[in-house]
Amino acid sequence: MTAPSPAALAALTPVLTKRWSTPDAWNIDGYERLEGYLALRKALKANPDDVIALVKDSGLRGRGGAGFPTGMKWAFIPQNDGKPHYLVVNADEGEPGTCKDLPAMMNDPHALIEGVVITCYAIRANRAFIYIRGEAVHAARRVQAAIDQAYAKGYLGRDILGSGFDLEVVLHRGAGAYICGEETALLDSLEGFRGQPRLRPPFPATHGLYACPTVVNNVGTISSVPHIVLGGAAWWKQMGTEKSSGPIIYSLSGRIVNPGQYECGMGTTLRTLLELAGGMVPGHNLKFWTPGGSSTPLLTADHLDLPLDFDSVAAAGSILGTTAVQVFSDQDDVVYATYKWLEFYHHESCGKCTPCREGNYWMVKIYERILSGKGTVEDLDTLLDTCDNVLGRSFCALGDGATSPVTSSLQYFKQDYVDYIEGRTPPRLHADELVGAH
Amino acid sequence: MDSLEAGRPFEFSDETRQRAREIIAKYPAGRERSALLPLLHLVQAEQGRVTPAGVAFCAEQLGLTKAEVGAVATFYTMYKRRPTGEYLVSVCTNTLCDMMGGGEVYRRLSADLGVGHDETTDDGLITLEHAECLAACDYAPVVTVNYEFYDNQSAESASDLIASLRAGQRPVPTRGAGLCTLKEMALQLAGLTDDRDGAVAAVAQGPQTLRGTLLAEEHGIAAPSYDADAPIPAAPAKEGPK
Repeated sequence: MTAPSPAALAALTPVLTKRWSTPDAWNIDGYERLEGYLALRKALKANPDDVIALVKDSGLRGRGGAGFPTGMKWAFIPQNDGKPHYLVVNADEGEPGTCKDLPAMMNDPHALIEGVVITCYAIRANRAFIYIRGEAVHAARRVQAAIDQAYAKGYLGRDILGSGFDLEVVLHRGAGAYICGEETALLDSLEGFRGQPRLRPPFPATHGLYACPTVVNNVGTISSVPHIVLGGAAWWKQMGTEKSSGPIIYSLSGRIVNPGQYECGMGTTLRTLLELAGGMVPGHNLKFWTPGGSSTPLLTADHLDLPLDFDSVAAAGSILGTTAVQVFSDQDDVVYATYKWLEFYHHESCGKCTPCREGNYWMVKIYERILSGKGTVEDLDTLLDTCDNVLGRSFCALGDGATSPVTSSLQYFKQDYVDYIEGRTPPRLHADELVGAH
Repeated sequence: MDSLEAGRPFEFSDETRQRAREIIAKYPAGRERSALLPLLHLVQAEQGRVTPAGVAFCAEQLGLTKAEVGAVATFYTMYKRRPTGEYLVSVCTNTLCDMMGGGEVYRRLSADLGVGHDETTDDGLITLEHAECLAACDYAPVVTVNYEFYDNQSAESASDLIASLRAGQRPVPTRGAGLCTLKEMALQLAGLTDDRDGAVAAVAQGPQTLRGTLLAEEHGIAAPSYDADAPIPAAPAKEGPK
């Protein structure tokens, strides 16, 4: 393998991933040796409002997919309202393609805990919950150990480091439901209900967990906070772009030589990421890819030089999402890929709203028909019409996301569908091969 | 197939009752219902699935109706309504894993075991399921056993893994701790600490996770430096009250 060019290497900005290569960084002694909990000491000396202002100034945007400005979210929490405030960390990683939070919690769990304490201090919360995906048992073990160690060292509990600030943190495991990554569904789940999204407004900032002011932030967002506190807003903004500041972990998977986690300044292109990752697997040519998980419209080889930041990707008709870059080649079937994604949305639809529940159910059926060689050209119109009735009409973003692979694959690769319909591509599905069908 | 209504009387142990009280105590007073998901994991630790007795137990602990608990138990994939084996083998068949070979892995295991999705072998050893994205796409295709990861599988390697389990062995996962039984894992899911020696320290990852970090180190690339001692600036004073 040829080494990446100096220009590509210069895109790397190890900040959140910097400690990952130190074998004992997950342990509190290792973490403290590597600047661990210094940011907390610094934050506790400042006024909580100044911590919020710092995060606002840094331009940090949420790493869970929506990219909402983090400091602004914190500032929405009403103060002196007499109600308890809560921080809920969304560690329910499950967007297809996304695999950045589990390694972060495995290798650097104290960064998350330190971020939790600083955030709670800023928003005046005395209780935090980390809602981790149930299946993530290996990461949960490390996070629980980090919580226990932090209590033992006085970084959690009563009167943290003599500041008078108290904080209790509970790690809460989910039970297998993608929808619980949606923040209001997550809150319902944490309250002991089915994980179904809530009507907004009111927003969690005023009526969140237990109808109290609540900040819900992703693992990557909270883990960024100690770095911003240590380095300052101006330092953070040296990386990334003007409106998408800082480093971000790009998770590369699929037909590439060295899939994995690559932390770069925001706005790095797929061309650069591919170079860092050793290029496409020999014999495979780039055909389609997701910039940020399956809920983000597919892009093609025409988008190799698109800067992968929030605004540039939006301008190209897609979404940066969770920077889960799934790379597929000319040997991968985009119609089948979309079918598998739709099966996922169909399975994970919570059933609360009709467009998402019914739309995904019927679209799966249409894909099965097309992939069995029995589709018609009208099916393609029906798919688009169904998407029209799901996108923007669903209760939450799960329904919107389900339409992304459908509309984008039809936009860029309509001929692939027509080839199934007109018999040029042999049928791929038979009843006994419907793996994952329900 | 068993239904939630068709259970037989079952008494949960005093130990489970004590654990339930400890779990409930983690949540704020008056918000005990938050303990429902952990409690449903807890009843699975005794019974291997959520039975009508498990539903009734959770309802009793939290002052809920059985209907309220049943509505939650049936929503989440990890609560099993049919008897499960000692090992739950989950094969990711979401798009990326499927196309990288996960579909083939699933078909092979299904043929090897003679069971389909959410079914258990006659000897009660292995339950098979196809799973949605397991958040390990850089290790595709992946299989988990009792939620511990076996990365970069092929039909052959997964078949060997199953054969080892059937031979009474416990192959070491690629990431995470050594295997335990599904019921023991349910205790961890309920929030009990895994106190096995070395479980927390067990191997964290394969090479994929560290690729970007090591590439930067190898070429001497670092993020910009900073002055960690610079204090957080005081925000400009807000405008006074009207």
